[in-house]
Amino acid sequence: MRKSLTCMLLLLLTLCLPMASLAEEVVNVYNWEDYISQESLDMFTQETGITVNLMNFTTNEDMLVKVRNSPSSFDVVFPSDYCIERMIAEGLIAPIDFTKVPNMQYIDANLLKPSYDPTGEYSVPYMWGTVGILYNKTMVTEPVTSWGILFDKKYTNNVFMIDSIRDCLGVTLKYLGYSMNTRDPLQLNEAKQLLIQQKKDGIVKAYQVDETKDKMVAGEAALALVWSGDAQYAIDLNPDLAYVVPQEGSNIWVDGMVIPKAAKNPENALKFIDFMCRPDIAKINCEEIWYSSPNTEAIKLMGDSYINNLTMNPTQDIIDRCEFFKDIQDFIQIYNAMWLEIKSA
Amino acid sequence: MKKLAKRSYLALMLLFLYTPIAVLILQSFNAGKSRAKWEGLSLHWYAELFRDQAIMKALYVTLTIAVIAAAAATVLGTLAAIGIHAMRKRPQAVMMTMTNLPMTMPDIVTGISLMILFTFSKIERGYVTMLLAHITFNTPYVILSVLPKLKQMNKHTYEAALDLGASPSYALLHVILPEISPGVITGLLLAFTLSLDDFVISYFTTSPMVQNLSTLIYSKARIGIEPTLNALSALMFLALLALLLVVNRRASKTAKA
Amino acid sequence: MSQNLNMPPWVVWTLVALLFGFILFGILTVKRSNGIKRSFFASPYTLWMVLFTIVPCLLIAYYSFTDPNGAFTLDNFKNFWDSNYSVNQLYAQMGPEYSVLIQRGTVNIDILVYSLWMALLCTGICLALGYPAAYFMADRQIKIGSTLVVLFIIPMWMNFLLRTVAWMTLLEDQGLINTLLKFLGFHSAQLMYNDGAVLLGMVYNFLPFMVFPIYTSLTKMDSRLLEAAQDLGANHFHTFWRVTMPLSIPGVISGITMVFMPSVTTFFIPRILGGGNTMMFGDLIENRFLTEGNWNVGSALSLIMMILILISLSILRKADPEGEGGGIV
Repeated sequence: MRKSLTCMLLLLLTLCLPMASLAEEVVNVYNWEDYISQESLDMFTQETGITVNLMNFTTNEDMLVKVRNSPSSFDVVFPSDYCIERMIAEGLIAPIDFTKVPNMQYIDANLLKPSYDPTGEYSVPYMWGTVGILYNKTMVTEPVTSWGILFDKKYTNNVFMIDSIRDCLGVTLKYLGYSMNTRDPLQLNEAKQLLIQQKKDGIVKAYQVDETKDKMVAGEAALALVWSGDAQYAIDLNPDLAYVVPQEGSNIWVDGMVIPKAAKNPENALKFIDFMCRPDIAKINCEEIWYSSPNTEAIKLMGDSYINNLTMNPTQDIIDRCEFFKDIQDFIQIYNAMWLEIKSA
Repeated sequence: MKKLAKRSYLALMLLFLYTPIAVLILQSFNAGKSRAKWEGLSLHWYAELFRDQAIMKALYVTLTIAVIAAAAATVLGTLAAIGIHAMRKRPQAVMMTMTNLPMTMPDIVTGISLMILFTFSKIERGYVTMLLAHITFNTPYVILSVLPKLKQMNKHTYEAALDLGASPSYALLHVILPEISPGVITGLLLAFTLSLDDFVISYFTTSPMVQNLSTLIYSKARIGIEPTLNALSALMFLALLALLLVVNRRASKTAKA
Repeated sequence: MSQNLNMPPWVVWTLVALLFGFILFGILTVKRSNGIKRSFFASPYTLWMVLFTIVPCLLIAYYSFTDPNGAFTLDNFKNFWDSNYSVNQLYAQMGPEYSVLIQRGTVNIDILVYSLWMALLCTGICLALGYPAAYFMADRQIKIGSTLVVLFIIPMWMNFLLRTVAWMTLLEDQGLINTLLKFLGFHSAQLMYNDGAVLLGMVYNFLPFMVFPIYTSLTKMDSRLLEAAQDLGANHFHTFWRVTMPLSIPGVISGITMVFMPSVTTFFIPRILGGGNTMMFGDLIENRFLTEGNWNVGSALSLIMMILILISLSILRKADPEGEGGGIV
């Protein structure tokens, strides 16, 4: 009995040894779900020999808490604009050594020193996009031009909203004519009341993040608040769908690549970022996830199919009526409290 | 007539319980990816399953943690049970309250409290923290499985063995242990099962890098479960069924002998 | 909101003192009791529990009573009672024109009440469905009782997340049940994203936990008691009401315990089947910790929940003082 027990224990322990042998080169990437092409990761591993550990998050807020709590777990993170602003302020990310990222030359010059990263040394743009309404043309017969349609009782139980504080409150503020970054509690209160009413009237079918695009393809709802890439993905699979950025304006956002200060493999992180800026790789990613690319060379490679696509390549007047999210620092408390009130209504 | 009513009620119950499982298993044979459309029979997803790195890694993590945690919890718990059993009333009551505490705590609070502990002590979350958490919540169950057997055991066996010249450790290993072994085995199996299926506590005590099956499924559940996961659960179901049949056969064999 | 991970020294010293206290206690136990070597065996476990159960609980208590800077405060509990408490203070600071916004928020209370109500419903339904099932299975006339119990337990071994997601496939608007309904000519129904779906998911997950203890206590019952009752002239209903049911109470209590507590704190099911429309207390705590990063209020909420559960458990224990319930706990 004793012998067989000890034999079993030894066997079990040997099973666990592989866990210890992680001497290979790795880069730990923390990205949004469904936001990078596996092909590009495989090509990276093939060309550099570095294994990519891809981990996913669903919202900026989730990601921020995880990065704060385990700062050395990640080498490359893909936060959104206002989140990058926040991370710079909290001292979570390190400046990027651009001598190691030669492919930066292909990034659109307009995006190099954005308002959320004024010195431009902390982040490299990855993808950008807008927020708008995805609708099913067979279920929505009237023209869609305003955010108001999301609050229309005609579409009771037929609307998907994004389960994200700033996106929901943001578009409602825009609809009411206010800024998405307002610090005026009275304006926020108005937006909150509208959203609570929307929920109480039963207009909202569900608050979700990644499930929306597949459900719209399946025809589960008439309207959805979505990001432009999700919209393009859905339209591709179901031609009955269409995307529009309402006239009141919307959110334009940029997701960038950053390197946390405590990253374990900063050299590999730089190689990774550089690789992602290579035009052919940027093209692969863009075509896979359907968002807008900041890479001018990649756009040239994609040609007309990109340039003529309004969803991926919005016209200047659409861009002009969109706003970036800004970090609202401690004001987020108020946003949080209101969001909880909405969700529990 | 009454018998029929009783039988049909039970049959309905079983139908209720097994329909989702049947759906799960059927989905694993769906040639298409979408949950709603049936596109023909295919074993494609089973092949994909073994190629999917993330799932294989998660499976590895789940199994190793379950095995190690169950083993550690059994050792810790059995020793503790023997110790508690030999205590006097007052200390024993204190120990029993402490043992019952984690079981009355909802798993979300256990998970969060451990998360706080690890963050506070600046231990980065990952494989080790998940393992520690699993051992922590498994051990009370082992103790509760072993204690009844200890209570059933004759009080004086241990002393008798000592009187007959055995050393305390010999008495422990060769006298007490065999008597309580059914309880120990039950505890081991219970701990293993709990670890395999745990979600909430693992969710809070691990990092995104180290995922076990449950946390992997959770992160995929919001987008769309790929049929590879269905294939995995179908296989696990089969393995379970096989295991139960084997155990059943053995039990009836020993019953006949 | 930045996290306060630095504890003032007095907390650290208290914890160390507690640790030593426990070890001392172990030693004293060893010295005083008869089974010298044996009670010592429990000390590794004691140490483990102190480190990984007691200390975390104390940490939760600590965070509940402090603010992000480490200062003592009851604000977190005030935030529980009035979810707009700290926000109202901000409004007050910002100026008189915002005073119109100052109103008590009942978010936490509402969600707590809702969770308790859903848990009660779930427990009730599980009891209503599970008791007959256990009763029929324990019935000697149905010979395959023990096989049936095994069949009841097998689903529990399959990953509960996957089983809940399988319900999505069934309940969705384009899911299997609706497809069947449309095929039969009925109107398709909204089966998901509402309370009903969440309740269904909860009942589905927790039903075996109710059935198993009741079945155990029913089978432990001596069948001769039933015969005796019938011999004494009681009819079927009387036998059940006066003999069977009272003897099955320990199992019922055990079942209720094993179903009620997880129901109150579940957080996966409302998210998947409720579509984010229904927020339950588990979701709220997770939101506070992981989305908002507010550990102080989150800890206060957890503490409140633990206390509530301890209270309800002690009430239940009173009904079954010997703890003969047929479950694992």
